[in-house]
Amino acid sequence: MEIIKIERKVLAKNDAIASEIRGKFEENGVFAINMVSSPGSGKTSLVEKIIEYFSGRVNISVIEGDVQTDLDAQRVSAYNVPVVQIITNGGCHLEANLVNDSLKNLDLVQTDLLIIENVGNLVCPAGYDLGEDMKVVVISVTEGDDKPLKYPKMFINSKVLVINKIDLLPYVNCNIEQLKQNALKINPALQVFEVSCTSGEGVGKFCDFLESSI
Amino acid sequence: MHELSLAQNIIETVKQNVTADELTKVREVIVEVGAFSGVVADSLKFSFEAITSGTELNDAVMTIVDIPFCLKCNDCGNETSTEIPMLLCSICGSSNTQILSGDELRVKELKIAEE
Ligand SMILES: Nc1nc2c(ncn2[C@@H]2O[C@H](COP(=O)(O)OP(=O)(O)O)[C@@H](O)[C@H]2O)c(=O)[nH]1
Ligand SMILES: [Mg+2]
Ligand SMILES: [Zn+2]
Repeated sequence: MEIIKIERKVLAKNDAIASEIRGKFEENGVFAINMVSSPGSGKTSLVEKIIEYFSGRVNISVIEGDVQTDLDAQRVSAYNVPVVQIITNGGCHLEANLVNDSLKNLDLVQTDLLIIENVGNLVCPAGYDLGEDMKVVVISVTEGDDKPLKYPKMFINSKVLVINKIDLLPYVNCNIEQLKQNALKINPALQVFEVSCTSGEGVGKFCDFLESSI
Repeated sequence: MHELSLAQNIIETVKQNVTADELTKVREVIVEVGAFSGVVADSLKFSFEAITSGTELNDAVMTIVDIPFCLKCNDCGNETSTEIPMLLCSICGSSNTQILSGDELRVKELKIAEE
């Protein structure tokens, strides 16, 4: 049999579009984060907190990714920031072409910080570059301290870990030190922040870090 | 999981690399799947078979080459392979490491039947 060498990444097309997006971000001075987590860890709540914290100082735009409904975009638009909803219709993650299309509806020149809230899923979004500067993985203390070991790729590919819902620590069986230790074993370079979107604790520290990266 | 869309990507890549005449003669598509690529190999194969059945690629089978996770420590020099991929060296605890393999998801080569 004749052998034809290919040596091509299966996601090469996605990666090419992601590079194109990255170019647009650089050109327009946009700092972009790709926020990933399980459903319900508090991504949208954190987006709301970030907007409140920076209100008036930093121009924020938001891309919301969901399998169905524009409920999250509705929540975010109440804060008077530009927001675009991507509905994946069953798709378990955002892909670069969807993000690229949605950029047509945003003014990148007027954006300092772009927050992309990915579809709630700790597996699939890990492999898809969206042109972001960093992935921020959110985990809530109600999910248990073993999740970094179960979803290592997401933690390897993220720069920042936000541990949310620390207000619930007294009520749940989650050893936060163990959680951090597990995460840092998987990826020792992770920047870790502990926050509560309900009480606001720790949100300022995380936002200051974001601001220093912009 | 999204193995179906990955299988579609793979078929597109195959089509871009062979002539129309060669397409029906593709017998094997060899894909490298790393241990932490996040892809379920069986499900990828299943998807490939499902969408090529009855098409020009009907006679092509997908062969998966599993690539293990392998980490090199720049401090102690050891190359290790832990079951769970972790970037912390399991021998000396250093974080000064690099991934040698394990995140691949790549179409490696095609085998084409000759006349
Ligand atoms: N107790 C507590 N609940 C929170 C916190 N952050 C978010 N929640 C709640 O968790 C649920 C899911 O939050 P949401 O932001 O929609 O999560 P998403 O699915 O990741 O976007 C909502 O009911 C929030 O009110 C927190 O810090 N503490
Ligand atoms: Mg949400
Ligand atoms: Zn070592």
